[in-house]
Amino acid sequence: MAEIILKNISKKFKEEEVVKNLNVTIRDGSFTVLVGPSGCGKSTTLRMIAGLEQQSSGDIWIGDECVNDLPPGKRNIAMVFQNYALYPTMTVRGNIEFGLKNKKVPKKEREILIREISEIVGLTDYLDKKPNKLSGGQRQRVALARAMVKKPKVFILDEPLSNLDAKLRSQMRSELIQLHKKLGTTFVYVTHDQVEAMSMGDEIAILNKGTIQQMGSPMNVYHEPNNIFTAEFIGTPAMNIFEYNKVKDHLSNLSRKVKFVGFRPEHALLALTEKEKDAGYLKLASEIITMETLGAETIYTVKNEAGVMHIKSFIPPFENAKELLVSIPYEKLYFFDQEGKRYRSVSTRQMDTALAGGA
Amino acid sequence: MNTTIPYKLLNGIGILIVVSIFAFPFVWMISTSFKSLGETMIFPPAWLPESLHWENFTAAWNSGPFLTYFKNSIFVSISILILQFLTIIPAAYAFARYQFKGNKFFFALTMITLMIPAQLIFLPVYLQFSAWGLLDTLWALILPFASSAFGIFLLRQSFKQVPEELLEAARLDGASEWKIILKIMIPIAKPVLITFGLFSFITHWNDYFWPLVMTTSDVTRTLPLGIAKLREVEGGVAWHILMAGNMILVIPILIVFFFAQRQIIRAFVYTGIK
Repeated sequence: MAEIILKNISKKFKEEEVVKNLNVTIRDGSFTVLVGPSGCGKSTTLRMIAGLEQQSSGDIWIGDECVNDLPPGKRNIAMVFQNYALYPTMTVRGNIEFGLKNKKVPKKEREILIREISEIVGLTDYLDKKPNKLSGGQRQRVALARAMVKKPKVFILDEPLSNLDAKLRSQMRSELIQLHKKLGTTFVYVTHDQVEAMSMGDEIAILNKGTIQQMGSPMNVYHEPNNIFTAEFIGTPAMNIFEYNKVKDHLSNLSRKVKFVGFRPEHALLALTEKEKDAGYLKLASEIITMETLGAETIYTVKNEAGVMHIKSFIPPFENAKELLVSIPYEKLYFFDQEGKRYRSVSTRQMDTALAGGA
Repeated sequence: MNTTIPYKLLNGIGILIVVSIFAFPFVWMISTSFKSLGETMIFPPAWLPESLHWENFTAAWNSGPFLTYFKNSIFVSISILILQFLTIIPAAYAFARYQFKGNKFFFALTMITLMIPAQLIFLPVYLQFSAWGLLDTLWALILPFASSAFGIFLLRQSFKQVPEELLEAARLDGASEWKIILKIMIPIAKPVLITFGLFSFITHWNDYFWPLVMTTSDVTRTLPLGIAKLREVEGGVAWHILMAGNMILVIPILIVFFFAQRQIIRAFVYTGIK
């Protein structure tokens, strides 16, 4: 068990800087997910922690040890790879045993460890099979067993579920969460899938273009995005964001710094006609483009003066409607400045009076 | 796949023709090695000997110091094989897996040596070995073949196919580079190594030219030279003895091939690791 600290970490490949001056503390025992679009530097960061890639500058601490010059095998880390990277010529037992043999663990102890681990991951009957005789899920379990058996201080997982089919993926997802609870070890998990990040992590770090956009608990990141990138990256459908100019008529008197306005798809209320004058809402008369009925919820794609937006609604679908009134409570609006940074100094109360006075 | 009867028939006949062309000299050698001297001369030729003349083999074996030839051949071929494995495996691993200055240049240099025939360089090698006093020793037969450009090339290609993650996983498992070579690379490349080993063994087992140039005495000569000497019997070539000698030469190869066959087929149909 250990905390991981990255201090001023940068990584250059030739002239291209893929990770820029990263400062992150990964809490001891946390399940931290690094998430971001492809090419954002998340895998590179992970590989630098593992020691498979040398950082161009900065320090990496695992526990109370600076691991800058330690080779991967000495960092007390176990890694699970996207394509499992099982040794094809060894049996399942051989795969699990390899790291222990290199650590010179005596044979008797190895056997006990392997027996324990294979029971945990349910591989006892497959110990003498070669990886190519196993299914995807079983291979994944071998990879996990191989990592776990070393009792590492830190687990790092590089998109471990992306080769599995949807059903197996959600199953493995919950197994991984349980595993983390059972082991209590620090997990660092890389994925490009924000759903995976939200559902598994107790801490999420969102990366883009080599820098951390935001770090926090899933709910914190979801409800309090620091910038447009985070706001749009987390959540499906993504947050609706449009230029302030397009809705200026409805939302006057805002600070000049505000350039963009956004809201979450599920925060909008839908109605066929406008009811009484209920203040405190941004109201947009919209035309329905498509309607996806998913059973519990319905996702509308609508068009209005602000542009095209997605609305998630939990009330029964408006079957034959062509037009809808979309109302968004003021307190659910997010404001961003020119650079896409969150603009927080708009308080809802201030807005209410301003708008009431304006209208 | 066309499975009509005429197609199958044609296919079968085609295969039969090709097989006969390849197998005939071999079958003829076996048949002749069991004939009497008379049977080798008659026309039309006798396809099969009337009785099996096993004494041809003892005659061939006893016509010279065949035990020495045999031992020399075994020693030379196996020493070459061992040395080649010791040199080509690390070389191929370095060429396939390390980025160092001159990687491409040295690999190209290695490939160029493939294009130079032995007949071109035997003279300088001969002079060099003469200066070192190695002529007419088994070293002269072994050392020039201690490495193999062909082997490096073959193995490098096969090492290159191993996914990088596998090596990274091994490094995280605390394996040294040597351990990675021994426990991961070699087992994966086993079919290729066996195939190369067989080619190398056959080549040097059958090699006639190099031992002929480098050795002068019976103590250091190898089987092919001994067999060739069987032709120098006075009063015409004793074909049945010569063929018996050839059988002695070929049988070890057949045995090796028999055991390595499955691996060789795997080496050629091997499509990499999932």
